[in-house]
Amino acid sequence: MSNLVIVEHDNNEVALATLNAVTAAQQIGGDIDLLVAGENCGAVAEAAANIAGVSTVKVADDAKFGHHLAENLAGLIVEVAGAYSHVLVSATTFGKNVMPRAAALLDKAQISEIVEVKSPDTFVRPIYAGNALATVQSSDSIKMITVRTIKFEAAAAEGGSASVETISGGADTGLSSWVSQAVSNTDQVDLTSAKIVVSGGRGMQNGDNFAMLHSVADKLGAAVGASRAAVDSGFVPNDFQVGQTGKVIAPDLYIAVGISGAIQHLAGMKESKVIVAINNDSEAPIFQVADYGLVADLFEAVPELDAAL
Amino acid sequence: MKIIVCVKRVLDPQVKARVKADGSGVDLANAKMTMNPFDENALEEALRLREAGTAEEIVVVSIGAGKTEETLRHGLAMGADRAINVVTEEALEPLAIAKVLKSIVEQEAPGLVLAGKQAIDDDSNQTAQMLSALLGWSQSTFISELKIDGDTATTTREVDAGLETITVKMPAVISVDLRLNEPRYVKLPDVMKAKRKPMDKIELDSLGLDTANRMTTLQVEEPEGRAAGVIVESVSELVEKLRNEAKVI
Repeated sequence: MSNLVIVEHDNNEVALATLNAVTAAQQIGGDIDLLVAGENCGAVAEAAANIAGVSTVKVADDAKFGHHLAENLAGLIVEVAGAYSHVLVSATTFGKNVMPRAAALLDKAQISEIVEVKSPDTFVRPIYAGNALATVQSSDSIKMITVRTIKFEAAAAEGGSASVETISGGADTGLSSWVSQAVSNTDQVDLTSAKIVVSGGRGMQNGDNFAMLHSVADKLGAAVGASRAAVDSGFVPNDFQVGQTGKVIAPDLYIAVGISGAIQHLAGMKESKVIVAINNDSEAPIFQVADYGLVADLFEAVPELDAAL
Repeated sequence: MKIIVCVKRVLDPQVKARVKADGSGVDLANAKMTMNPFDENALEEALRLREAGTAEEIVVVSIGAGKTEETLRHGLAMGADRAINVVTEEALEPLAIAKVLKSIVEQEAPGLVLAGKQAIDDDSNQTAQMLSALLGWSQSTFISELKIDGDTATTTREVDAGLETITVKMPAVISVDLRLNEPRYVKLPDVMKAKRKPMDKIELDSLGLDTANRMTTLQVEEPEGRAAGVIVESVSELVEKLRNEAKVI
């Protein structure tokens, strides 16, 4: 067996989610190579070569890969993938965008968001917003896989000594062009990798009230998240969203404030180690998954919590 | 311009999926089914493009047997002009679905294909990207804003880091996110009108495609539930428990 992991990065740093995908590859077994495609991404290639357990880092440094546009990147993956039994990528918006395109060009199925490796051809993946787990066996000669990061520990970012090989390939299809990127959540703590997350829902009533959550989060070294209802209402931008179609996270502590606990929200946080719910509605479904529930008016409880920390 | 909107019949999002006792799948017998919510957003956007004069005709396409027709009728009631039902009893994987859709796109020659970013049943998030690949068209995924100007579409994508704007050349396959728009409610006269709109039925076998599944589902099970928690009476009790019992702060 041989694994190729597509490295997610911003041309400067390896995205943490890639380290989880490397661990999934380790569990499959066999050699692990990495593919870094970007523009002026030498620092990424160097960092990738340090990841423990990696044999070779293949680097395609070219303007056409600068913004990871799916059409150009998928073409490169198709050219490289033939030498491997498994191609993996993190199940982030980066991986979800490009991997199905590459899979279809190779006439291979994609196994989405695996949470467990049972054997080199058998994987577990959540369906129905995580309310069911399907064990699936693939008959394809190349397994194209996206990895749900929370179920795999991050591989060590240091300690490896992979060789770095420069490659060329892929075409500039000219089908799409990057225009701009608006980064809205500039918090110090990354939501997907935070140990503690404080999330707000519709009960927060407006965006200004999220300042209360930021204050608690700062004291705990936590990230701030939100339910879809809060994002749809315009309280906070989309990248705060935790849930089936937002970010799926599993911090040590998840504090849900004014969140009712719809199926779609639970799908994004129910793997958290400890869940706290603060809600004035004692019937809210969030209390069914909470380890500690506090039935209270959040506008009294949150400032009190802030003061107690 | 003609727009094809791909729609799927799924378990209603308000209903919790129940796993069958024999572990063979999720029990959908007598369950409430609806159009996949993301697909409703895709159709709504197509309708708005027609209302703005950018599109002339909207065709909804779905693959399945039996009551798939009901979901397509809902699409017609929302305002699509006609429907295509590719009929099969098989549960096709996204790659096979993309092949079927490609064949429909080649027959219909639309200028744009819209689809929901993922179906809320199997949560695969693959079909639009795969269809785009097989057609050799441009793609934009998870979009929350769409502007079409001649042969270019400007799209805002909801990505992990925030919002990314890209332009794509038409024809394109675009997958949509929930915040793109608010789908309209269907009124009774629209339901009546939808009954008279054309619905083509195409047998899957007649397309001559390799739609064999590449995966075998060995087992479907319920995830481990969480143990019941406790209700605390005050913030100070909560903080005490988080510090000394759970030891997470």
